Amino acid sequence: MQLIPCPWCGPREEAEFHYGGQAHVAYPEDPSALTDEQWAQYVFFRDNPSGPFAERWSHSAGCRRWFNAVRDTRTHELLATYRSGEPMPEVAP
Amino acid sequence: MTFRTPTGGEVDRTTLLRFTFNGQDYTGHPGDTLASALLANGVHEIGTSVKLGRPRGIVAAGSEDPTSLVQVEAPFPEPMLLATTVELYDGLVARGLAGQGRLAAEPDPARYDAKHVHCDVLVVGAGPAGLMAALTAARSGARVVLVDEQNRPGGALPVFEEHLDDRPAAAWVADVVAELKGTPGVLVLDRTTAFGMYQDGFVLALQKRTDHLGFAAPAGVARQRVWRIRTKQTVLATGAHERPVVFPDNDRPGIMLASSARTFLRRYGVLPGSRAVVFTTHDSAYCAAIDLAESGVDVALVVDARPEAPAALAAECAARGIEVRAGRVVTGTEGEGRITAVHVGDEVVACDTLLVSGGWNPVVSLFSQAGGTLLHDDGLGAFVPGPAEPTVRVAGAANGNLDLARCLGDGSVCGAEASLGAGFDPRTMVPRPVPDARCTGRSGLVLWRVPGSDETSFVDLQRDSTVADVLRATGAGLRSLEHIKRYTTIGTAHDQGKTSGMIAAGIVAEALGVELAEQRPTTFRPPYTPVSFAALAGRNRGELHDPVRVTAIHPWHVAHGAVFENVGQWKRPWYYPRPGEDLHTAVLRECRAAREGVALMDGSTLGKIDVQGADAGEFLDLLYTNLMSTLKVGRIRYGVMCGVDGMVIDDGTVIRVGEERYLVTTTTGNAAKILDWMEEWLQTEWPHLDVHCASVTEHWATIPLVGPKSRAVLAAVAPSLDVSNAAFEFMTWHDTEVAGVPARVCRISFSGELAYEINVTAWHGIAVWEALMAAGEEHGITPYGTETMHVLRAEKGYPIIGQETDATVTPQDLGMSWAVSKKKADFIGKRSFARAENNRADRKQLVGLLPVDPRVLLPEGAQVVETDRLPEPPVRMLGHVTSSYPSAALGRTFALALVRSGRDRIGETLHVPVGDALVPVTVTGSVLYDQEGTRRDG
Repeated sequence: MQLIPCPWCGPREEAEFHYGGQAHVAYPEDPSALTDEQWAQYVFFRDNPSGPFAERWSHSAGCRRWFNAVRDTRTHELLATYRSGEPMPEVAP
Repeated sequence: MTFRTPTGGEVDRTTLLRFTFNGQDYTGHPGDTLASALLANGVHEIGTSVKLGRPRGIVAAGSEDPTSLVQVEAPFPEPMLLATTVELYDGLVARGLAGQGRLAAEPDPARYDAKHVHCDVLVVGAGPAGLMAALTAARSGARVVLVDEQNRPGGALPVFEEHLDDRPAAAWVADVVAELKGTPGVLVLDRTTAFGMYQDGFVLALQKRTDHLGFAAPAGVARQRVWRIRTKQTVLATGAHERPVVFPDNDRPGIMLASSARTFLRRYGVLPGSRAVVFTTHDSAYCAAIDLAESGVDVALVVDARPEAPAALAAECAARGIEVRAGRVVTGTEGEGRITAVHVGDEVVACDTLLVSGGWNPVVSLFSQAGGTLLHDDGLGAFVPGPAEPTVRVAGAANGNLDLARCLGDGSVCGAEASLGAGFDPRTMVPRPVPDARCTGRSGLVLWRVPGSDETSFVDLQRDSTVADVLRATGAGLRSLEHIKRYTTIGTAHDQGKTSGMIAAGIVAEALGVELAEQRPTTFRPPYTPVSFAALAGRNRGELHDPVRVTAIHPWHVAHGAVFENVGQWKRPWYYPRPGEDLHTAVLRECRAAREGVALMDGSTLGKIDVQGADAGEFLDLLYTNLMSTLKVGRIRYGVMCGVDGMVIDDGTVIRVGEERYLVTTTTGNAAKILDWMEEWLQTEWPHLDVHCASVTEHWATIPLVGPKSRAVLAAVAPSLDVSNAAFEFMTWHDTEVAGVPARVCRISFSGELAYEINVTAWHGIAVWEALMAAGEEHGITPYGTETMHVLRAEKGYPIIGQETDATVTPQDLGMSWAVSKKKADFIGKRSFARAENNRADRKQLVGLLPVDPRVLLPEGAQVVETDRLPEPPVRMLGHVTSSYPSAALGRTFALALVRSGRDRIGETLHVPVGDALVPVTVTGSVLYDQEGTRRDG
């Protein structure tokens, strides 16, 4: 049972959290201006790196806030967590 | 004949415990295990092997034993326990197993629970290394948890009867434990096995609290407890297991690990037999030979595989008349059941006991589980822990340090490092006691097996897997230990290969001609020892398995005989059968009441979300496909929500409560999901919007009052409310009083009939329900359940999200283009509606199906095909039946279905395979009852 450091509550057990996929994928400014392919990129396509990955998490059984984390997908180690709206911090994998 | 020594050991000879094994009555003493008590009675044969039916006995004295599986029958049936780990109690009834046990047919009356503990330093194992580590950490001020599998601390120390500082080792153990228990913040747990080690210092341990009390176990005490330990630093002092040597016919009862025989003698006062042969590759077995000889066993011979026997130990043997033969090996055994003779080359030596030692395997399971690297130690012939992890250290025999002085030193160093790692200063080092050990050391020879009959040379005694099986695997081209483990099943039994895994690796390396260092050991996984599901479930069983949600009106439903269905965690009345009615007849009656008279249901489970804020209207415009910001206060609108892919995720009504306040309803099962969905968009995409959401589902009791007579009933209980059609229009709401309590009444209908939805605070739910029942009595008011609700809405073609839809259905597919705004610049899902895929003419669309034979009820989920005869597969599927009911209003059966190009097929005859038949059905529009909507206003 991994500990996830919620930027609002501190370290809590992973069972209190809910995964939200890749972070920093903004809802397009004007969807109607996009081609079908550009829209499909937003709706269906996400990165799947081996290594550090910025992703969204929600502390769903705690403060119920969404935040972002950088996780090494090879080790599950959380390299950083930060609040929504903050820039992704520099991390060394 | 008894094999109990007159004195010695940790058993209480003044008390007799009666027990039954394989139908025979025996006695033992407090302090015995079932295994030691059986050996004391001369019983070596425990059960038979799982595949070959060969007799099997007791190989080891602890949890590493591969063979002594028993079924306990009384006090409560429990399968697959090891005789070596069952503490004896009066009245125990057990029998030996052939590898498979029997679960109890009746529920387990015992209680199981779980407890959380946080600490700075966790020490696993209370042997010499673990005690030193725990004491060092405790003196530094750290919060220490010390867990040990056995029923008393000390590990092998008191068994090996080493002296420490010229005192018996047991006295030193007692002093250390007394100090630990007297130190605030230190927790010492015996009978507690750390069985799993996970990330971030999370360790699970199973404590057997009352198992050893048998029939005397107090009812109010949890039998077993799972400790959920979160620690900053861990010291693993889990010791080592003696390793056997494989040779032909090495599985007979009476063949035992040398140190285990010593444990039975020293700890339990039990002799393993009358005449013993010892086969060793290591010094430590000499101590067993000498101990047994001094206790009266005729030790016929020590066979030492090494070219030369250790001089000092050989001299001690000679002084006791024990012959030592070096450079020889055991090549076979004889015996019908128990062993009767040993073959050493051509020589046959009669005996009833053969003690074997092939060296020691450090217990590295938890270290490996924690992600530690294992390295092969050629001197030990075993995998040992690699470099310590930042928060996990290994001390003593578990780290490959077999002699006592090094165990003690290792323990104090690891304890100090762990304390520092947890932020404590182990300023005063604990003085290390000085041992006088004689029988440990690293002077072993690594020997995996003695060549001979491979088919009877057993590697894994529990799995009946032999050297021949291993060689078949390597012969078939397998090289990885993981593959060979699965091919041979070696290491997959209850013991997880504690005695067999290393040997299998060694034999594989020999067969492949590779170095063991090149072999990657198989992965160690939790649990280290078997854990019952009852213990893992703890208190979360029966009623506590999953929370049950009931509405405020639930007691009334129970009192009036409702049959319930589970909707998520909710208990909802399904139907209210009268005497003699089944589901079908009850539902026809309830439907008729709703269409012809008046009926009511408990709709309180409907999800309700209070949406407030200056931007609430803008927010709902983005979430729903239709416009919500234009809704006037006092009015209600039906809405559909989609995902970004344009697929329907929920529907419901939106009530405008005030300028900056809306009440949104969701389907019962989606309430939590939709609140999360709102929060996700508000927090991650639109944090600038001034909107706040809160679940208010449980605040309200919600009662739909349905049918042409509903207006009269409502008027009777709400005298201050003008219920006329002109004053109280469809899709509006009024705050008023119903049955004397404040209520919000909404004119919405999920049945097509005139209907009112009465909302009151949950507190008044039952009172208002009963008032409605009383007021409606003269009209024959009828309570109805979810089944009737489903039929009524299906007759009107109203979809249920999740039943008519999956994740591939758009509002347009449902025929709800009218609910999709063309005015709004954007909303979630809008852009996807323009995708080519969403505009294909052959998308599946919601339609009605009428079986040509009006009595045939189509099964929900049945496929829809075009032809009246099935062609060769693959058959083209047009869609499937989503809902299907008999209808009182239609006087026939009907169904809703998703069908390719469904709306273009209205009037066509399609077919639905049911069993072997193809049922002809006519495609219709989805609204089957009151297409004109004339019934809505009563």
